[in-house]
Amino acid sequence: MIRTITQPKPIEELERLLEGLDRIFIIGCGTCTTLTRTGGAPEVAAMQQTLSEKGKVVTGTTVVPVACDNLTPQILSEQGGRIDQADALLVMSCAFGVQTIASQLRRLVIPAQNTLFIGKERPDGRFDEVCTQCGTCIIGETGGICPVTACHKGLVNGPCGGTNNGKCEIDADKDCAWTMIYNRLKELDRLDAMRRYQRPRNHLGEPSPGRYRLPAAP
Amino acid sequence: MTSAFKKALDSGKFVVTAEAAPSKGTRLEKMQHHVEILKDKVDGLNVTDHQSSVMRYPSLGGALLVKEHGGEPILQMTCRDRNRLALQADLLFAYSRGIRNVLCLTGDSVMLGDHKEAKGVFDLDSSQLLAAIRTMERGKDIAGNELDGAIEMCAGAIVTPEANPIEPQLIKFEKKIEAGAEFIQTQAVYDLDNFKRFMDYARRFPVKILAGIILLTSAPMARFMNKNVAGVVVPQALIDEMAAAPKGGALRKGIEIAGRMIRRIEEEEICDGVHIMAIGKEEVVPEIMAEAGLL
Ligand code: SF4
Ligand code: SF4
Repeated sequence: MIRTITQPKPIEELERLLEGLDRIFIIGCGTCTTLTRTGGAPEVAAMQQTLSEKGKVVTGTTVVPVACDNLTPQILSEQGGRIDQADALLVMSCAFGVQTIASQLRRLVIPAQNTLFIGKERPDGRFDEVCTQCGTCIIGETGGICPVTACHKGLVNGPCGGTNNGKCEIDADKDCAWTMIYNRLKELDRLDAMRRYQRPRNHLGEPSPGRYRLPAAP
Repeated sequence: MTSAFKKALDSGKFVVTAEAAPSKGTRLEKMQHHVEILKDKVDGLNVTDHQSSVMRYPSLGGALLVKEHGGEPILQMTCRDRNRLALQADLLFAYSRGIRNVLCLTGDSVMLGDHKEAKGVFDLDSSQLLAAIRTMERGKDIAGNELDGAIEMCAGAIVTPEANPIEPQLIKFEKKIEAGAEFIQTQAVYDLDNFKRFMDYARRFPVKILAGIILLTSAPMARFMNKNVAGVVVPQALIDEMAAAPKGGALRKGIEIAGRMIRRIEEEEICDGVHIMAIGKEEVVPEIMAEAGLL
């Protein structure tokens, strides 16, 4: 399952964002931030307490099932006037949820998290970024391992000189993507793919901001 | 016009290069001093490019300074800080000002340096930068547009003979040669028997190899490199030798070891030359060379 991975903003930053806003309504999300324990029911309750201790009035809290889904009518109707009474909504979802809520509720929204990446869940409570959705996929030539993402420098022609005992120069706990690719291609007897020179990448596979329209139905 | 460094490489003589590190700031006296004492003793002076991702005076400016003082600059260019437009523009500039040698590097992560929050660019990698140089020599930029005046460079790259695992590095090494590297500078080598084995393989390729020699200044420094510098292995015997040096004599011992290694590389014709990295102690490079019997 892929998830949007988030990390709580430092409390000092939140305090600055909430300065002068006394009445806060908190919205959590039942999907990604529940899974990553950054915006599920327990975290929303903890945030309510933290804000109360800092002298804020929490007008209400809710954990919506999927914050990035269109939910306005439900949120509004279930919360009575408690959303309207707030100076701002503190949203404990990923930035997709924050933006969805901002576009629907016409209220000031403050994100409680930094959205880090789209991650793949591993069994041991770890999440790895495996694709940055670059628009020009090359993993057909790298044994299904993405160097654009898994290599810290996004190198497509092999390892840099910083690789150390199979680990990356930035982190002795992070596997060097090119050692993994080498091992995989070797296992598949496809090392020739690694010997092939890769031209400079097209960094504009999809010009940012990405936009895609469904083709007309036949 | 062939560069003096390229001529030295092609002459078959034992080539020696050293390094000149630009200042952290606008006072260039120290670098200038190193250039003055080294320019007539070595075949080329490598000017480092924000080494270890620490922001400094630019390598382009440093290479010009070497040239102005009568030295032979080898411009280091990393792909970390510039996209393909800026890299090509810098090559045009370097060529127009008489710089004819370039060492192509991918570059360390910005996370290792003194501007940890910067954006690492890595639009090209070292092999793509080499290929870009060869394309620009044919009068085109890498997007295929005509250049009004081409460049001509003696271009090189790096290899780490002690990397673990080694094979991915060797694949990259071969790619760099195919992309146009004429010379290869190695990461520091200390175990010459291992290095000889690497050279048995590397000899097949039409490329000159300069063994990297990093001056050891103390036993703790050697241990530090073993622990922290990727692909550098200082054998225990050398660490012991450094540790046994009399008090205050460690640097002298380091000079002796470096000189001894260079002498053996030359006498046994292990490779085509050496690149001496004295890391801030460039003034002792002539002593190392004298120790090696090169002066
Ligand atoms: S190359 Fe990597 S980042 Fe690009 S689409 Fe493929 S997996 Fe994703
Ligand atoms: S060590 Fe490996 S993963 Fe890390 S930047 Fe270098 S090539 Fe990429």
